[in-house]
Amino acid sequence: MTSDSYGTIFLNAALVNNFVLAYFLGICPFLGVSAKLATATRMGGAVMFVMLVASMCAYGINALLIAIDAPYLKLISFIAVIASTVQLVEMFIKKVSPALFRALGIFLPLITTNCAILGLALFQTNKGYSFPQCIVYALGAGVGFTLALVLMAALREKLELAKVPDIMKGTALALMLAGFLSVTFMGFGGLGG
Amino acid sequence: MAAPTKSSTDEFIKGLWKENPVFVQVLGMCPVLAVSNTALNALAMGLATAFVLVSSNIVVSLLRNFIPKQVRIATYILVIATFVTVVDYVIQAISLDLYKALGAFIALIVVNCLILGRAEAFASKNTVGRSIMDGLGMGVGFAFALFCLGAVREILGAGSLFDVQLFHDSFQDWVVMILPSGGFFSLAGWLVLFNWLERRKAKKGEKAKVAALTEGTAS
Repeated sequence: MTSDSYGTIFLNAALVNNFVLAYFLGICPFLGVSAKLATATRMGGAVMFVMLVASMCAYGINALLIAIDAPYLKLISFIAVIASTVQLVEMFIKKVSPALFRALGIFLPLITTNCAILGLALFQTNKGYSFPQCIVYALGAGVGFTLALVLMAALREKLELAKVPDIMKGTALALMLAGFLSVTFMGFGGLGG
Repeated sequence: MAAPTKSSTDEFIKGLWKENPVFVQVLGMCPVLAVSNTALNALAMGLATAFVLVSSNIVVSLLRNFIPKQVRIATYILVIATFVTVVDYVIQAISLDLYKALGAFIALIVVNCLILGRAEAFASKNTVGRSIMDGLGMGVGFAFALFCLGAVREILGAGSLFDVQLFHDSFQDWVVMILPSGGFFSLAGWLVLFNWLERRKAKKGEKAKVAALTEGTAS
């Protein structure tokens, strides 16, 4: 059990150790869904929700696995929980907003293989957070992910109008941008401690 | 393009260059960027991923007629997670330092889209032999790409390769290359290089075609 205050945990997860720009988690959706601002915002929301649920479940599972003395099942059970949560979110979004469902396309089921979520579950167990700390950590990570995604999408929408050399177009340019964003986020170092 | 009678060596070679998972398909980026700060880490990560890729390809290919279509993704993930758990413990046993350096990224091989992608796109439709070759090719291609990236970052960022000092003491390290942002920049650089090579090849092909045509009309 660590004694980090909630504010520290939140700031750490959202800015200082941003999941996308400092830990390189969830790069696939970060590059894939960040072409349009509107989609990016909603994708961020969906990921944040899955993170919250997965984080709570992971806390329970971890306690259970320690109780029955089978920590080697950790990875398998985490991923099973994440996969089912994503399935649930998928059904929910399909029912509530079919338009959004189509816009997110293949990236919705792919939240399962979003490393940010499994990473979150693993980090929180490694750090030994308590239940409320886990929730704050998940919230911070979700906010950080959404922030990075939205910033990236806004930049890319502007860049649509710019003239760039042909061989730089596409992923290479997106990676360059991500690099600059990452440098910017380094400025948050030392914040929150 | 792919002829129906592809030999298994072709399956191996395509992963190395033409369909290189990192440079061409841009799959499995998270570990690529995260652990490529030194050449050694990058190589270890590449080999671990290659092992999981080959093993899961074998199992998925063996079971391809028994897995119901609706639950196939979940099944693949469970197969992959099993092998990753094995790798996790093996690395911990071999070298604790390496285990600490790679951190959570060994466990995160589970969610490497490359492995799930190959299981879904290739191993679930092909025989065991071909799946092994495909897994080997993709795995080696992935390890190669990781090594390229790791080498560039280590040489520029720390002035060394595999911890062997390359430059004179007066060499100013490019600290940014070791930091997260360096990963993005160097990968972008490699992608540009790859695009440039591809384009040059395409242009050469066109020129050869034109030359052949003019020769044909002249004679």
